[in-house]
Amino acid sequence: MVLVTLFLIFAGGMVTSTGSGLAVPDWPTTYGYQMFSFPISEMVGGIFYEHGHRLIAAIVGCLTVVFVVWVWFKENRLWIRRLACLTLLTVVLQGLLGGITVLFFLPTGISVFHAVLAQTFFCFTIILAYAFSDDGRAQKQNTEKYKRIFTYTIILTILVYFQLVIGAIMRHTHSGLALLDFPFFEGVILSGFSGDAIVEINSSRMENWLDPVSLGQILIHSIHRIIGFAIGIFGIAIMWKFKGIHKKTLRLLWVLVSLIGIQIVLGGISVLTLKAPIITSIHVLTGAGILGLCVFISLRTLPVRDWLFMTKKSSLEKAGLEKA
Amino acid sequence: MISRKLQVQMIFLSAVGIISAGGSITGTVKYDGKIPRMKKLKMDAEPICSAKHLTPVTAEWLLAGENGELKNAFVYIKEGLGNREYPVPEEPVVLDQNGCIYSPHVLGLQVGQNLEIRNSDGILHNIHAKPAVNKEFNRAQPKFKKKMIVTFDKPEIMLPVTCDVHPWMRGWIGVLNHPCFAVTDESGTFSIDSLDAGSYIIEVWHEKLGTKTAEVTITDDKGAIVDFVLKRPPKKPKN
Repeated sequence: MVLVTLFLIFAGGMVTSTGSGLAVPDWPTTYGYQMFSFPISEMVGGIFYEHGHRLIAAIVGCLTVVFVVWVWFKENRLWIRRLACLTLLTVVLQGLLGGITVLFFLPTGISVFHAVLAQTFFCFTIILAYAFSDDGRAQKQNTEKYKRIFTYTIILTILVYFQLVIGAIMRHTHSGLALLDFPFFEGVILSGFSGDAIVEINSSRMENWLDPVSLGQILIHSIHRIIGFAIGIFGIAIMWKFKGIHKKTLRLLWVLVSLIGIQIVLGGISVLTLKAPIITSIHVLTGAGILGLCVFISLRTLPVRDWLFMTKKSSLEKAGLEKA
Repeated sequence: MISRKLQVQMIFLSAVGIISAGGSITGTVKYDGKIPRMKKLKMDAEPICSAKHLTPVTAEWLLAGENGELKNAFVYIKEGLGNREYPVPEEPVVLDQNGCIYSPHVLGLQVGQNLEIRNSDGILHNIHAKPAVNKEFNRAQPKFKKKMIVTFDKPEIMLPVTCDVHPWMRGWIGVLNHPCFAVTDESGTFSIDSLDAGSYIIEVWHEKLGTKTAEVTITDDKGAIVDFVLKRPPKKPKN
């Protein structure tokens, strides 16, 4: 489910990057057809991306339903049952948001919410997958060192999540090319935000026959860049600080920092290629991967793990004891 | 002295536009600058459309002749027509989808006038109008639906229309509450006819080069000539 969700995020990225969000004007039907009966031969151009996205989303939806039913009957751990239900609610809401974006011509707020909720759902699938892993089932307590690293990884996770929110706002406000150079703009890391700076930015865009941008778009783009570099520096700092940690966790941190580095390069290539759809979508995919890895590392370094194993029975017993 | 019968005839003929007592504004629109090379449109996603074109099709966002004669500039009377009300023509304006391109690329019509959207391709298109003032719509036009009629309620300069199935398709529509507009042809020329004597503000709009206005005065039946030169905003020199 984690992998299919990741693929779904990539497919969603392709929909936005190719500007195909409204290639199918109706919802939940596709050009009047029931979703699964739409002819494959008609899946051309933007329909391929938009209808393909809907089909993958339907698969994820079905997998979620099957998973939740299975959890409900087979799993005793209370938090997993609750999280599974929340995951199901999220996927239903996500489907409805997708419909609203189509029927109301991609309203920015809803489109951003749709993008962010996709990442949230992905986090849920990772947490659930972890719960069923050997590590997630092992009733061990973490060492002090793990506890310290948790604080840092959770801050990094929040920062990455915030970055994805900004990224979603950037994509849906068409701010991705507000600055046309990378990593510098006209020789400086950050452009100014004065009236003169905007004129300069827009004349640079005009050189490339691109429409002018507003101060808001430049700000969103700049914030995304700043946070991107901040995440890179913070990731390296964590790895440096905890270089003596357990090898498996250190390896994960290495992968994380490498992914952040690749992500920064992908962001740059997205700008330099004037948002080539495949590059931009891989950038979205890698962003999701980084968030997922942050969540995974945070789970591995959770300081308090007792609640992970709390079942319905044990919670009732605990409540009964407290009453007595 | 003109007989009453003749007077009635003249009023009728004038109303249907057969004769006109007014002058006209003619002129040219030129582009001053290096003419960009239009990218070839990749229509691989739609083989039916690719097959319709014997020669490569290029984008149309800036088409200029050797001497800068600018095609697809929309020229219209912005001010000066007063409160005069113009009848809405019964004849529809046609926007055809042929070979997965919009023909014409730029068009004008009056508020309430029918826009007949044709599907000569015989494939699935969607018509997505993205106005700022009028109501946005995104409608399917399957291969069997050869015609579709839409109207616009409010004046708007200019609203884009796209097909999200074929993202290279893009056209522009100007909606006015009068018929005093024109779109430049390959020679960059335009003509706005049937204007009364008076002063007007005339504006030219181009999808990449923006707008420019000029003041024009027509005296009696004499027309006026207006030549526009559009250029990209100059790059701000560094201090």
